[in-house]
Amino acid sequence: MKKTTILTFAILGLMLGAFKNHSGGIYKTNTGNINFFSHTSIEDITADNHKVKTAFDATSGKIQFSALIKDFEFPKALMQEHFNENYMESTTFPKSTFSGTIENMAAVKTTVDGIYTSKVSGKLTIKDVTKDVATIGTFTVKSGVVNTKATFTINPEDYNIKIPKTVSGKISREIKITVDADYRHAH
Amino acid sequence: MVKRILIFFIVAYSPIVYAQNLDLLDDPEAAPVTEYAFATFKTNRVVNGHSVETVAKREFDFKISHRFGFVSGGFYDLFGLDQATMRIGGDYGITDNLNVGIGRSTVDKTYDGFVKYKFLKQSTGAKNIPVTAAWISHMGIATSKFTQPNRENQFSHRVHYTHQLLVARKFTEGLSVQLSPTLVHKNLVDSANLKNDILAVGIGVRQKLTNRTTLNLEYYYTLPSQLEENKTDVLSVGFDIETGGHVFQLFFTNSSGPFEKSFITDTKAKWLDGDIRFGFNIARVFNF
Repeated sequence: MKKTTILTFAILGLMLGAFKNHSGGIYKTNTGNINFFSHTSIEDITADNHKVKTAFDATSGKIQFSALIKDFEFPKALMQEHFNENYMESTTFPKSTFSGTIENMAAVKTTVDGIYTSKVSGKLTIKDVTKDVATIGTFTVKSGVVNTKATFTINPEDYNIKIPKTVSGKISREIKITVDADYRHAH
Repeated sequence: MVKRILIFFIVAYSPIVYAQNLDLLDDPEAAPVTEYAFATFKTNRVVNGHSVETVAKREFDFKISHRFGFVSGGFYDLFGLDQATMRIGGDYGITDNLNVGIGRSTVDKTYDGFVKYKFLKQSTGAKNIPVTAAWISHMGIATSKFTQPNRENQFSHRVHYTHQLLVARKFTEGLSVQLSPTLVHKNLVDSANLKNDILAVGIGVRQKLTNRTTLNLEYYYTLPSQLEENKTDVLSVGFDIETGGHVFQLFFTNSSGPFEKSFITDTKAKWLDGDIRFGFNIARVFNF
């Protein structure tokens, strides 16, 4: 009888926990910005995605990103076509995603204007290859908007992005990714 | 028994960790999006004729095309390389869907120009359109000396027009097929019993071999009883190689014509006679 009572309370506790994330503290945007930049002595390549979907939970620190590959805009249309067709194979792998945690969420006071920093770490998935990524996020809170900026570097070859020998010198193996998103409270 | 039920509920409600948990991004009210097919062909030609692909706004696609003599000429003629017809020209994007182009060919010293408009784009999702379609109107002016100087020769006799509807579908990432109903109008034909208007249908197939290389097939079928007895239809088999800014199209064909009226209506060589030529197109895209 006692064991059943304990089990019942355990279940109730878990059920409440499962609903916890739905109770406010979610910050979202569908117009986040991600830029990637490749520098070599031959050529600089850059593209911007202004339609990144991203959200974080200010209670748990969970943070997620989803970016459509075809939303990366290049100055040259042909370069954009090659990026999608040959390098990223975006018909097969339409999105890149990130799922991770703002590790020191308690230090980021999303309701008090100010500038806060925290380590952000998690898993980045590009072309169905998932790797761990960590960086520092800078959170600027002003008038209800939480602007988040972060930069990190990836090696495209880690994510199965094949670079043919003929253009090997034109594409850096250290691509700088810059994230810049204005989050607003969701509920 | 009760304990077992309770344990079941504990397991069912335990937080489940997914490799890529994106639950915060769930948006059941998100508007449905339209996905447009792109890169149906590697360039704006299938082999000889146009594909539905257009040059993007402010891009210029510079083209050099060669068709050589018969491969059967053997080593002495370097398998046809000693004889060549050539076209130099370019396609320019006024908008992503509206292109103009010019060219000059050695055949009859012809200057040609065209206007091409892509009016339909294949898409899935919110808008479902099964094909990409474009209209193209060409005009060519032959500037070589008239072959019969004793007849009354007018400028209009130098001119010919070609109009085409290009309809293509990208069936899979690798396979695209295009149909091109075509009308060629020659202001001057060689004898009274020949028609000035020639109807044809082009069929083009492209199969990707790797991300950057494709195998292309193109055939232009002319409806019967329109051309002289000794004329045949053009069949071409080609291989496209795409590098950063270039597309190289290498192919075998029976026609030496570098422009529409020439390869659709003036071809005499026959594959079955072994009269096959090597040819290539080189396209290089510049941005302005």
